[in-house]
Amino acid sequence: MDAFTRLKKNLKEDFSGMQPVRVALLGDTATQWLAQAIRGAGYERGLDLRLREADFSQIEQQVYDPSSRLYAFDPQVILLYQSSQKLLAAYNILEPEGRRDLAQSRILQVDSLRAAIRARSTASIIYYNYPEIDDGVFGSYANSTDSSFVFQVRKLNYELMQYAMAQEGFYIADLAILQQQAGRSVFYRPSVYINTDMEISIEALPAVAGATTSLIGALYGRIRKCLVLDLDNTLWGGVIGDDGLENIEIGALGIGKAFTDLQYWALKLRQRGILLAVCSKNTETVARQPFESHPDMVLGLEDIAVFQANWNNKVDNIRQIGTALNIGLDSMVFLDDNPFERNMVREVLPEVLVPELPEDPAEFLEYLYSLHLFETVSLSAEDEERTKMYRKDSERGAERLSYNDEETYLASLNMGSRVEPFNPFNGPRVAQLSQRSNQFNLRTVRYTDAQIRGLAESPDAYTFSFTLEDRFGDAGIICVIILRKETDEMLFIDSWFMSCRVLRRGMENFTLNTVAGFARQKGFRYLRGEYLPTAKNEMVRDHYRSLGFLEDSGGWLLDVQTYRPLPTLVNRIGK
Amino acid sequence: MNKEEILQAVTIVFREVLDNDSIVLTERTTAKDIAEWDSLSHIHLVVAVEKRFRIRFGSREILGWKDIGGMIDSIVTKVS
Repeated sequence: MDAFTRLKKNLKEDFSGMQPVRVALLGDTATQWLAQAIRGAGYERGLDLRLREADFSQIEQQVYDPSSRLYAFDPQVILLYQSSQKLLAAYNILEPEGRRDLAQSRILQVDSLRAAIRARSTASIIYYNYPEIDDGVFGSYANSTDSSFVFQVRKLNYELMQYAMAQEGFYIADLAILQQQAGRSVFYRPSVYINTDMEISIEALPAVAGATTSLIGALYGRIRKCLVLDLDNTLWGGVIGDDGLENIEIGALGIGKAFTDLQYWALKLRQRGILLAVCSKNTETVARQPFESHPDMVLGLEDIAVFQANWNNKVDNIRQIGTALNIGLDSMVFLDDNPFERNMVREVLPEVLVPELPEDPAEFLEYLYSLHLFETVSLSAEDEERTKMYRKDSERGAERLSYNDEETYLASLNMGSRVEPFNPFNGPRVAQLSQRSNQFNLRTVRYTDAQIRGLAESPDAYTFSFTLEDRFGDAGIICVIILRKETDEMLFIDSWFMSCRVLRRGMENFTLNTVAGFARQKGFRYLRGEYLPTAKNEMVRDHYRSLGFLEDSGGWLLDVQTYRPLPTLVNRIGK
Repeated sequence: MNKEEILQAVTIVFREVLDNDSIVLTERTTAKDIAEWDSLSHIHLVVAVEKRFRIRFGSREILGWKDIGGMIDSIVTKVS
């Protein structure tokens, strides 16, 4: 069965219990199949994507008319798809001297569409960029000719990247890369386009739908955070325990270049904020040798957040890596050359993504590139520091063992927290935490950058971001609380989520002290909390009870007038 | 491959793409005879048949078919 048929079959499956997202698709070519493929691909990622297609070629009418069906639908995500074919058609009818302005005028049009949408909707906008078409008019000299179509379409894709960098809530789906990976003759079928006005071939649709749903998933916190690596014949050629340090393939030896390149890929991911972990069947001291003393190794021990080398099965080891890093199995990717290990992990831990690596290590990288494993919709400076923070966590953990009294230990940390309302500086990190926090999250409401900005300006919302620092370092923003005014005496806790890295540090008490004090000062009587269970937030089921809230018709109430601050070793920094 | 064998192979493609195992094709079958066969699934069928026989149909050729027999005739000229 071809991949598109499989996606269509998914449409008949049961979507109940999956995360619902309202998605509007606006295109200037026929999009029915794209819509079906996206909904079908969403099923495979646990997303119930409720697609609404605009009528054929209705982008402007839908976007500029405030009373259009687009806004009545109240989409959470808007997909804008303007095709290369229609761009070429627009280019063709221009006078030759006007053609050098094509990219610029299209960017202005995109900006106008975005602004019109933003005036009426907080939906995230995903814009497809343009697969290249060479009309052959100028040959390679098109590169020296700014009025050529090749010049303009490349310029447009570049300008779109510049534009996306400057705009929040506006993301590019990279159709150009997908065509490059599939090849133009697979991606585009002229007979299908001529007969049906569909630009993307049936064979290419699954990849386009997959990339689109990965991006939508990333908007809703479906992101991979950790790359778990096998060692022998995955990170280097050969078996360290058998072949010895001098004989493993890395660098110039044998096919070592393949492994060197793979390690650079892993390093770049680590530098971007993806955690690296090792999971290897080896004696630990032997497994560490290459990292410590092989001159051609790219990765060092400092790049590895958790090093799990022993003779236990990999399922247990991967579970332990998840526990040590406080991340879910569904945010892990596991690379192993051995089909047995892959299958065992896939079978027992289906949440872990296990790429089916090709047999030839030379093929590893191109295959991994094609999987789009690490989609994201935001990066913060803290991402780059993440491995360091996790490594500090394990240092803290190690030190924790040497104190027999946890409180003495916590007191010795000199913990401090900076409390601020949402502002343009902390907004992106707040949104990111909102998308990523699954376990310590009372209501699991996901907020985008744009919505966070909206909250900061709302008169009925009170927002708090908390940092945590101690003598080992600064963890940055690790907790967020959003309060909404319900009545003159009632404040509702709309959101309360926290990074699990800082569990058992007394932050819960500190944050409640802060918001209860705030509520009292503002003259409110009650804080009202609510726990909405998900598959992952069991750990906070009794959160409000343990903080002294009283059960009240399915929710939890705290009287802030009689509230006494709870003990905490965290001190407030600044005002 | 003779016409009968081609018809059998095309039937299998139709059953898979339209997700209906009860489909039976003859040379006289048209889109009116099969509920799932609409203009949208039509092009999917064409592409799937092309893949099955490793051939490509011309865009005018596709428009010219009156029934399954037309498609079969196109396939015959390309696979022989």
